[in-house]
Amino acid sequence: MTDTTFHNDIQRDDHDHHDYDGDTLLGFWIYILSDCILFASLFATYAVLSSSFAGGLTPKDLFDLKLVLGETALLLFSSFTFGLVMLGVQRKCIKTVYIWLAVTAVLGVAFLGIELYEFFHFSHLGAGPTSSAYWSAFYALVGTHGLHVFAGLLWMAVLVFHFLRDGLSQTNIVRLSCLSLFWHFLDVIWICVFSVVYLMGVM
Amino acid sequence: MEDNHANPGGAAHGSLRQYTIGLILSIVLTAIPFGLVMTGVQASLMVFTLIILCAIAQIFVQLVFFLHMSMESEQIWNTTSAVFIVLIVAILVLGSIWIMQHLNHNMLMGH
Repeated sequence: MTDTTFHNDIQRDDHDHHDYDGDTLLGFWIYILSDCILFASLFATYAVLSSSFAGGLTPKDLFDLKLVLGETALLLFSSFTFGLVMLGVQRKCIKTVYIWLAVTAVLGVAFLGIELYEFFHFSHLGAGPTSSAYWSAFYALVGTHGLHVFAGLLWMAVLVFHFLRDGLSQTNIVRLSCLSLFWHFLDVIWICVFSVVYLMGVM
Repeated sequence: MEDNHANPGGAAHGSLRQYTIGLILSIVLTAIPFGLVMTGVQASLMVFTLIILCAIAQIFVQLVFFLHMSMESEQIWNTTSAVFIVLIVAILVLGSIWIMQHLNHNMLMGH
């Protein structure tokens, strides 16, 4: 009798667990949407201050679209390779997961490298975060996106340790699915950044 | 049963074909605005509108092909909440720009 109850409990637990996974993803999705509001306020700030140069350097003087095109390509391809990671999960092939996760991470690091170079380059030429309202808004917006990318890279590193320890467990798959949402979301934000900040900035 | 476990509710159900189509469309929609601006076309309302349209189109491409957003019952809450956030973001961004432009105008910031 007790044995049957125990067995039933396990079954129910399993069933509940299955539902929690969907809830976790929906919850993470709602976090991402709240992050959209954060970026929306930064974009609004940027738009409002978009011509407040305090007589200093303007984006037309500094922006190099070739670099931005490079950054865009890196982030877009990393979004694609994260898709390949999720295909590896579907096929239960942990080797595919590791390989494409590594490629994604390398592309992400390269993106951050170019962005940091750009920041130091601009600051060196006299357009630092304190130079004018425009540049404050620029560093706040683009820097926040960069910080998110950095967080995503840290998360990837942590997940690799989880995978090495537990393999493709259900919990790990849910974690990876959350990170996948996050990474694609960062690419969507970058579309807005390169369109509004860089392309419109040099025109 | 095992297959079910690999795809918890609300998770991505992608295929290589979907990701590849998404990538190609994204490349095209990135190349158009960059090409326009980098070839030194004159700034005009047309160009601005094109940049915005390409950005919106690419966001939709990524939502559909990378994030697998759809109107299926499993995804409906993700989609509904996203539509709500689009409304909030529009109010936030357009409202801020509208109000601040009026303030600038009234305080003669341009002079």
